[in-house]
Amino acid sequence: MKRNLFALLVVLMLGWAAYASFFVAPTENTMGVIQRIFYLHMPSAIVAFCAFLTTFVANLLYVFRRQQRWDWLAVSAAEVGLAYITVVLITGPIWAHPVWGIWWTWDARLTSTFVLWLLYVSYLLLRTLIEDPHRRALASAVYGIFAFLDVPLVHMSIRWWRTQHPQPVLMGGPGTGLDPRMKIVLLYSFIALLSLMIFLVRQRYELEAMRGEADALRREAEAA
Amino acid sequence: MALLQTTATLFNKELRTELRSRELITTTIVFIVLVVVLFSFTFDPTSTESRRFGPGLLWLAFLFAASLMLQPCFLREQLNDTLSALRMASPDPFAIFLAKLAANTMFLLLTELLMLPVFAVLYNVPVWHVLPSLALVLFAGSVGICVAGTAVAAISAQARMRELLLPLLLLPLLTPVLIASTEATAALLAEKPELRLDWLGFLAAFDLVFLTALWLFGEFLLEE
Repeated sequence: MKRNLFALLVVLMLGWAAYASFFVAPTENTMGVIQRIFYLHMPSAIVAFCAFLTTFVANLLYVFRRQQRWDWLAVSAAEVGLAYITVVLITGPIWAHPVWGIWWTWDARLTSTFVLWLLYVSYLLLRTLIEDPHRRALASAVYGIFAFLDVPLVHMSIRWWRTQHPQPVLMGGPGTGLDPRMKIVLLYSFIALLSLMIFLVRQRYELEAMRGEADALRREAEAA
Repeated sequence: MALLQTTATLFNKELRTELRSRELITTTIVFIVLVVVLFSFTFDPTSTESRRFGPGLLWLAFLFAASLMLQPCFLREQLNDTLSALRMASPDPFAIFLAKLAANTMFLLLTELLMLPVFAVLYNVPVWHVLPSLALVLFAGSVGICVAGTAVAAISAQARMRELLLPLLLLPLLTPVLIASTEATAALLAEKPELRLDWLGFLAAFDLVFLTALWLFGEFLLEE
């Protein structure tokens, strides 16, 4: 019951955020209608980062506490985060093509997002290749910690390297401020997408918990 | 103190294992020569072009070679069931990592130094006048590759398809090392050689971050 209510709430919020980004937010001066993809693009990036932060914290907790639930949380958040970062990587080029004239540029933000995507694909891939649940949890937790520590280093190195590229269009300092209505719509979308993330992680966590229990039972039966 | 003593003993063991067979170093050298020769077909290797592409291809070759070379360092122990013996014999599990890391770095550096004249001759890029600075960059980069690589080798040794998995886990982690060492090498091989202390500092920071992470979390990878 509670879960269904939450699901309904998430759907309503997503619907409202979509409506607002099309009809409430003003059309941007230079970019026009395509700029509205921004309300999906940027909040998704932040939500993805929140998900990966959750994975990192869960990885640390697993290493020190050794409770399976932290492993379940880590994999759930990593999968959902990967879905969000995929959305970012798909909506980015769709937006970039009409505005910049190219689908992709090897700019600091784009490149580090891509490397982030690769790191978590590797993390999930590693999990599929270890059978023993305890070993899998521990090995992937340590890799997850390494991957997360790598993220700022990746970003910094690419930033230093590609300084000739245009500076970030958004949050780039003076003269790049947003219309107040745009900010409100951005906030709506962020809250809606964050709620969706929490909902998905919870669902995925329950699935992983059931899988873990079924796996433990099967092992017990095999041992007996 | 005890840590250093154990590390020295284990390092000796690693060296002796390698010197008995010399498999690792010879195969790695052949691999790098192959990559360097094959790369020459992808662009016109005149002196100017080589200065542009050479440093990158050199480091890519080192990265790929390392991801092959790091493979046996834990696999060998696992196949011979010697990992538990090692763990029981050494009071601090970090010593096992430190010894393997030191040995791997030494092997990698050795192959790199042997490859350097080959690269210089084939691509018409003089390296002698900057050799001390270049050795510094090679050292900082190789330590970075081997710190992350030794940890990842311990992770991938526990999984299925480990030969394929190691590069998949390692290469995205090493993006910052690739960028920093390529840039530092390119600056040294330019018309007016310059030691880029910022990139060298960045490499040192990477080495330090991952060495600390290995010190804190490495022991969990050696649990049974």
